[in-house]
Amino acid sequence: MSYIAKPKVANPGLPRNELGLNRRDYEGGMSTLCAGCGHDSVTAAIVQACFELALPPQSVVKLSGIGCSSKTTAYFVAGGHGFNSVHGRMPSVATGANAANRHLRYIGVSGDGDSLSIGVGQLAHAIRRNLDIVYILENNGVYGLTKGQFSASADVGSKSKKGVANEDQPIDPVLLALALGASFVARSFSGDKEQLVPLIKAGLAHRGFAMIDVLSPCVTFNDHEGSTKSYAYVREHSEAPVAADYIAPRQEIRVQYRPGETVQVPMHDGSQVVLRKLDPGYEPTDRARAAAYVQERALRNEYVTGLIFVDETRGDFHDRQSTSEQALNAVSYERLCPGEGRLAKILQAFR
Amino acid sequence: MPERHQNAAPRLNDFTVKFANVNGSGSASANALVMKAIFRMGVPVVGKNFFPSNIQGLPTWYEIRVTREGWRARAGHVDVMVAMNAETYARDVREVAPGGCLLYDSTWPRSSLLAREDIRTFGVPFAELCNQHFEGARARTLMKNIMYAGTLAALIDLDLEVIRGLLAETFAKKPALVDSNMKAIEIGYRHAKEHFDCPLPTRIERMDATRGHVIIDGNTAAALGCVYAGATVGAWYPITPSTSLMDAFRSFCARHRTDPQTGRRDYVVVQAEDELAAIGVVIGAMWNGARAFTPTSGPGISLMQEFIGLAYYSEVPAVIFDVQRVGPSTGMPTRTQQCDLLSCAYASHGDTRHVLLFPDSPEECFTMAVQAFDLAERLQTPVFVLLDLDIGMNDWMVPDFRWDDGYRPDRGKVLSREQVEALPKFQRYMDPDGDGIPYRTLPGVSPKASYFTRGSGHNKYGTYTEDSAEYQEVLDRLARKFETAKKLVPPAVADGRGSAVAIVSIGSCDGPVREALAQLRRSGLAIDYLRVRGFPFGAEVEEFLASHPTVFVVEQNRDAQLRALLTLETGADKQKLRSILHYDGLPMAAACIVEGVNRALDRGVAA
Repeated sequence: MSYIAKPKVANPGLPRNELGLNRRDYEGGMSTLCAGCGHDSVTAAIVQACFELALPPQSVVKLSGIGCSSKTTAYFVAGGHGFNSVHGRMPSVATGANAANRHLRYIGVSGDGDSLSIGVGQLAHAIRRNLDIVYILENNGVYGLTKGQFSASADVGSKSKKGVANEDQPIDPVLLALALGASFVARSFSGDKEQLVPLIKAGLAHRGFAMIDVLSPCVTFNDHEGSTKSYAYVREHSEAPVAADYIAPRQEIRVQYRPGETVQVPMHDGSQVVLRKLDPGYEPTDRARAAAYVQERALRNEYVTGLIFVDETRGDFHDRQSTSEQALNAVSYERLCPGEGRLAKILQAFR
Repeated sequence: MPERHQNAAPRLNDFTVKFANVNGSGSASANALVMKAIFRMGVPVVGKNFFPSNIQGLPTWYEIRVTREGWRARAGHVDVMVAMNAETYARDVREVAPGGCLLYDSTWPRSSLLAREDIRTFGVPFAELCNQHFEGARARTLMKNIMYAGTLAALIDLDLEVIRGLLAETFAKKPALVDSNMKAIEIGYRHAKEHFDCPLPTRIERMDATRGHVIIDGNTAAALGCVYAGATVGAWYPITPSTSLMDAFRSFCARHRTDPQTGRRDYVVVQAEDELAAIGVVIGAMWNGARAFTPTSGPGISLMQEFIGLAYYSEVPAVIFDVQRVGPSTGMPTRTQQCDLLSCAYASHGDTRHVLLFPDSPEECFTMAVQAFDLAERLQTPVFVLLDLDIGMNDWMVPDFRWDDGYRPDRGKVLSREQVEALPKFQRYMDPDGDGIPYRTLPGVSPKASYFTRGSGHNKYGTYTEDSAEYQEVLDRLARKFETAKKLVPPAVADGRGSAVAIVSIGSCDGPVREALAQLRRSGLAIDYLRVRGFPFGAEVEEFLASHPTVFVVEQNRDAQLRALLTLETGADKQKLRSILHYDGLPMAAACIVEGVNRALDRGVAA
């Protein structure tokens, strides 16, 4: 992963958040991705979301695997620890990190190669455990660093830069997450910041696994005619049945919604997500119908975007483990060790 | 009319009983009952389980060595065979040492072809007696096991009150079972008294040599060590023979780490989807400041290779228990070997070397589990504790574990918020102390503490690099850190000095080596012994090898992996290191070492 320090010159007029920090305080190193890469827009959206939520930078833990997308954890929130692990195995590192300290915010950034091929097993099991993490899958249908091979999300018939059509079935991370019981499933487009920023904020507020599949075109290897992950194609073939608004804790809902037009989801941290139905028949809290909707649209070559499914009632990894409220890495040793006194009693069972 | 004894030499408190059973039939509890009874009568015991990779229906054996001298190895011969498995009867009869005896179920006739003149055979119609006294197929099967324990009790002179006490503890919550089990014991016992001349010359006599000892397996001991070390995160993928380590950790924690009021737990156990994920969880947890571990076996080590390299290079602590089993590949999962020394020492691609600990018994599993966490955090690197199936799953009589309440975990060079904020700038991979160990910070502490952890090329500041000199600087510091490790791992222990001949060995070989040493020394050979307990090898290993012209390296694998490690990592002359290898999958006995030494030295001494 390349890293170039970014000069830290902030315009004194920049808006500040509740912590007195400006947007630049949530940036990281300079990106070394190709000019125009969708991933850089996703990075900018993460920066914006963390700034707007006024997260203390050190409370953000950034985890990734290997690939272009995984490089980006170095490009946002420099004040948070980052861990660029091994290819496809970020979910297990995130599981361990989260097990050790449940009170930090975990942002995982991965790609379609990292998540859907080499890492599909770890992704699946992190979803099953309902690990509390925002999992951003920067999806471009192609392997960039190794120069243009199809990834597992490439659609049937989608053409490579050299004109070869993919014939293998794609894995849709949204359908995968729905099938595995993810409690927050969203899709967006790197070119649609208005949609993406509230989704990331909602994902951070959600307790449990928040899958955000972000179609994020590869300008170098997969932005041509015949690709189904190009800027032009995604723009033309996206449809959002709901729009998500993130309402911070204690923030007033100012807009008047007509009854039946919205679904309000109270989040664990006291915030709310208001889902405005753009398609009146859509039901974002019904897993089976959400999956059917996504599949039907896929048959018509359309990407369904937005907050596709949310269930704030499912217990997360720590609920299921009955873990103490205190972070495990902060529990005193005196509390953890049964000591000499209890050892004698323990050994008594082995005589 | 009771049978009369032939003139067998008395074998007080010095013999081996072997039980031949069918697995899944409930024989394990009967065999454990016999062993515990002997232990409670103050007589040292060694318990070895030879079991198949199977749930139910295949042959399984349990061996109890009664050893008044307190040897810890298996004897290598059988004096009393309890042959309860028709399928293996022929080989079980053959295995009995001349002058020994055999107990079998005489409900069905045995072929006279299997009779042996040189052993005594006791037939008891166990199945028939069970049918007379118990109802239901399941009860009859279970009680048949308990009944042979009763017969054996009469033959080797076990105290029935001790047995009753054990049953009362086992079935404290089900008193009816105490009575029915005791009834079976008494039926077997009475039958023996009525039909045979009890007790045999091969029998138990009360001693007082087990006080202050426990019978425990290494996996349980290691799990207890993890609890005492303050480990809070365990991640694993089930694999024989390491599974019971996590089972034990979970059950200790359920008892000692759970808030009785709220049920909230000061621990997390993750049953991972595979070993790759298990080590990933450990790395994530230790990176984030919790003590974490994974128990596994050889195939799991193979799967973890990539992550182990990441932890080595990015300097994240991790603790791995490798309960070694017979390889290669799936091998024989329920048999023992020391065959992962090299694959752990140099695990992962690129230049990697790792810290290894070699416990010799459950006692050291307990202490070394604690040391492993201290070393991993002090050195910021993966630490492997290499058990084997023999240590991990067999029943060992060991001295009571001791604990010093003054112990505090060594969390290594972790900067606190105050420390980091007092610095002009935190840099991750510097070497301010000259010991090769950098300072680290934990996530969440301060925005000034943040750094980026990566397996890609990085310089001493923690930033990405493809610069040759910057890369090499970090790699060279890692080598210096490994030098520091030499002084921190538990030193080798020596027995004897100044002899020309020596044995160097490792782990579970210790029991048989010590027994062999006694025999060799009795036969007039001056011989010294060094047991290595950690890798990298300290100066004491180097010195011991240098000061002995002939060194036998005793280990349990085909390829002489310890010898290879000694050759690679010390200045010892390869030619003088001679191997004695045992790798059939069964725990080692002293005889192969005595024979190996005598043969090599061309000594005409009977073993």
